[in-house]
Amino acid sequence: MNLLRRLIAFCETTGLTLFVPVLRLCLGEEPRRQLGALGRIAGLPLVGAAVFLLAWSAVASDVKTSIGALPGPVQVWEQAEGLVKEHLAERARERAFYARQAEIKVRYEKAFPGRHWAERKYSGAPTYLDEILTSLETVFAGFLIASAIAIPIGILCGLSETFFNTVNPYIQLFRPVSPLAWLPIVMILVSALYTSKDPLFAKSFVSSAITVALCSLWPTLVNTAIGVGSIDPDHLNVARVLRLSWWVRLRKIVLPSALPFIFTGLRLSLSVGWMVLIAAEMLAQNPGLGKFVWDMFQNGSSQTLALIMVAVFTIGIIGFILDRLMLTLQQLVSYERSAKR
Amino acid sequence: MAFLELNGVSKSFGHAPVLRGLDLSIEEGEFVAIVGFSGSGKTTLINLIAGLLRPNTGSVRLDGREITGPGPDRGVAFQTYALLPWLTVRENIALAVDSLFPDWPASKRRAHVDRHLAMVNLAAAGDKLPRQLSGGMRQRVSVARALAMDPRILLLDEPLSALDALTRGTLQNEIARIWAADRKTVVLITNDVDEGLLLADRIIPMTPGPGATLGPEVRVTLPRPRDRRELNHNPEFKRLRASVTTWLLDAAARRKATSPGRVPAPPCLTPIAIN
Repeated sequence: MNLLRRLIAFCETTGLTLFVPVLRLCLGEEPRRQLGALGRIAGLPLVGAAVFLLAWSAVASDVKTSIGALPGPVQVWEQAEGLVKEHLAERARERAFYARQAEIKVRYEKAFPGRHWAERKYSGAPTYLDEILTSLETVFAGFLIASAIAIPIGILCGLSETFFNTVNPYIQLFRPVSPLAWLPIVMILVSALYTSKDPLFAKSFVSSAITVALCSLWPTLVNTAIGVGSIDPDHLNVARVLRLSWWVRLRKIVLPSALPFIFTGLRLSLSVGWMVLIAAEMLAQNPGLGKFVWDMFQNGSSQTLALIMVAVFTIGIIGFILDRLMLTLQQLVSYERSAKR
Repeated sequence: MAFLELNGVSKSFGHAPVLRGLDLSIEEGEFVAIVGFSGSGKTTLINLIAGLLRPNTGSVRLDGREITGPGPDRGVAFQTYALLPWLTVRENIALAVDSLFPDWPASKRRAHVDRHLAMVNLAAAGDKLPRQLSGGMRQRVSVARALAMDPRILLLDEPLSALDALTRGTLQNEIARIWAADRKTVVLITNDVDEGLLLADRIIPMTPGPGATLGPEVRVTLPRPRDRRELNHNPEFKRLRASVTTWLLDAAARRKATSPGRVPAPPCLTPIAIN
């Protein structure tokens, strides 16, 4: 009973609202209302999805393109399955490669004692799932850079009007710039400045991450500034009466008070970053979903359209999951929410 | 020279005068209530004493020294409580204690927090967040925090005006009890004449703003401890209450008569020609 209640609270904070009526039904709370809620939350989207899929498959075969008819949902699903199968096959090949290499190594070292066997890395092409992972790594790298820049500057903007007025023109100037404009500059700068013989990260990865950062830092910056600027003046008066030092004031009053705003900004930033990433990967040729889409477009086979649609759905689903994760974090740090529990 | 002295204090925000030529002197250990209508500038007066605002003219002195900014020697219980909503009750008070007495050992600081929690009957609610408390309990935390600063003077800015009548009565008794225990200098801002008569040694009425000033003081010589029910039949109480209330109402009437902004303009009567 108690466990169910806790599950309900968990689902509500994490945005898994779909399960709330189901769990409440298990508790036997107002079954009629819960069924209604279930119909609203799960039923209507299902009906919508069915209508969409039917319309899509009805229309798709009639649309002729230079590379064949527009694929319907069935073809797209087949391609998605194919990509997963390919991934599993590739992993199996990789395992077989390393197993064989280990075997050879043993025999080699037996035959030529004292000589060292130079191990070789498996050089198979990255699969679709590897591309997804790379994209996630890149977007989080960019997001971390963005947060590390935006939060401190946002705090300073919120605390000091002078600083805000100094910085604001540049915020307004650079905020609307598209990732496509940043990317060439970033790529040239990275090529010029990031020169090491054995780089920890590929240049294309650094360029994409920085482009993501440049485009996604604005929501966090602006929200942090607003959050810090809108602190209850009474709370600042408390700090003045207690003569708190700048640092203690920041830690005990400014940051906790602005935290919900900061996380709203971070959530927006991550979704902007995810959107920008695809474009950046396409142009920077950084391995990832963007490059996958670009490569499919370039090879123009009969499966191209279906594969790109798989990528579109993947991008959408991952974007949705990232947003939900940030929403959960946002609700966890909001003190109003945590007080209710 | 009195403990707290205000000389010719005026304060205006932009062109709007709030306080005009205000004099006030308070002795150490005295409980003074300042009674006035809402919007008459009472909070501005408290903020001037607290040092959160500086007067345009005149001076505010505590123990002969000019007040130039806020400080822990003047503990304020804010009208809006001003508790930090992300800290528990104990942490709210501990923030004050830890930052004001960093030299004390941790155990002494904790004991100090606990003592003040107990003083306002909130020992059991220490780990709750302000949001989980009723208005009266929040106000008590606010008072406990102000007291825990161990201030030389306690400034209470309409501490009870947002509370229901029953809670207000309980808290009035608590304030009386705490004051009787350590006789700190207290300035209480209120819009309730009875509250002033119940708690204070002296009541000073305030004229309605803008450009408010203080009226003639009324000494409350009623014996302590004062019991609300008995006071209601006490002729001295009735007389004091009548005098303060009458003065306030008269001041309001005078204000209405003299304030040009509030006199409705006579209707414009232009004769019209009728054919």
